[in-house]
Amino acid sequence: MSTGSQTPRQVTVNGVTTALAAGSSVADLVATIFGSRSSDGVAVALNGAVVPRSRWAQTPVPDDALVELVTATQGG
Amino acid sequence: MNATNDPATAPLRIGDLELHSRLILGTGGVSNHEVLAGIIEASGTGLVTVAMRRTSAADPSIMDVIRASGVAVLPNTAGCKTARDAVLTAQLAREALGTSLVKLEVIADDTTLLPDPVELLAAAEQLVADGFTVLPYTNDDPVLARRLQVVGCAAVMPLAAPIGTGLGIRNPHALSMIVDEATVPVIVDAGIGAPSHAALAMELGCDAVLLATAVTRADAPVSMARAFRDAVSAGHLAARAGMIERRYLARASTPTAGLIPPAAP
Repeated sequence: MSTGSQTPRQVTVNGVTTALAAGSSVADLVATIFGSRSSDGVAVALNGAVVPRSRWAQTPVPDDALVELVTATQGG
Repeated sequence: MNATNDPATAPLRIGDLELHSRLILGTGGVSNHEVLAGIIEASGTGLVTVAMRRTSAADPSIMDVIRASGVAVLPNTAGCKTARDAVLTAQLAREALGTSLVKLEVIADDTTLLPDPVELLAAAEQLVADGFTVLPYTNDDPVLARRLQVVGCAAVMPLAAPIGTGLGIRNPHALSMIVDEATVPVIVDAGIGAPSHAALAMELGCDAVLLATAVTRADAPVSMARAFRDAVSAGHLAARAGMIERRYLARASTPTAGLIPPAAP
């Protein structure tokens, strides 16, 4: 099976359907969302499981993935 | 008496955390970062809560203010309604903030914001097993407080009244029962409106008070933070200073010896 397809895949990021290049990692996804802005203090869940920052680069984002990007805000 | 031997000034220990203030400050409702820095300083707190929410842009982070203030952070799971969501939120907070502390909230609905005891206990058990230091926001129910301790929570945090109501301690008897049998710190969390409510919680023997709205939505949050600092400190000191028994009839504090006799009519 070819993995070279350039067809963008559909993923859901914070509840919003988003196109993502095939073969993207979690690190690629975060870079897509944040651009040049800092992603310090951001944590990622992929399909209901936390992906540690140390594994963002080697963790692929599968098609139809549910991704949550969260950070601290006022509360409590 | 030196500070380490005086129970009134002994630090509060929760897991590995050592707190010299008995006031834990929530940040919900704070109007801006400058006010946040002001209330942290005025309250004397050593621990403040944050929530975890979706982000797609790095705002000027609330964590910058908290870190600059030199206080520890207590992420919460506010808004979660199931054990599953609360556990994931706690795990995300640990990853984002590098702390294993969690204020565990699992609420039943959006109108009462009361804890769902079944989901709360399940989440607490899972998070303890996952290595978290769990501080559960709980009902003022002595039996649930006991169950939360049995599964390994590091503290129990019974409500005074529903979140944001400012009604004060609705069931002081239940709170006393929780305090009497607790083997972990008891922290009153939610429903505090006035400094006198916080002082009462401490006089009843609670170990700390957690509040947000009472300070953050006050007209003058920094002044109110100072008022709560003093109230918590006063209540804590009083609880350890041996309050007098209540009496039905009056008892003069002034000695009667040497009293000038009543003049003859």
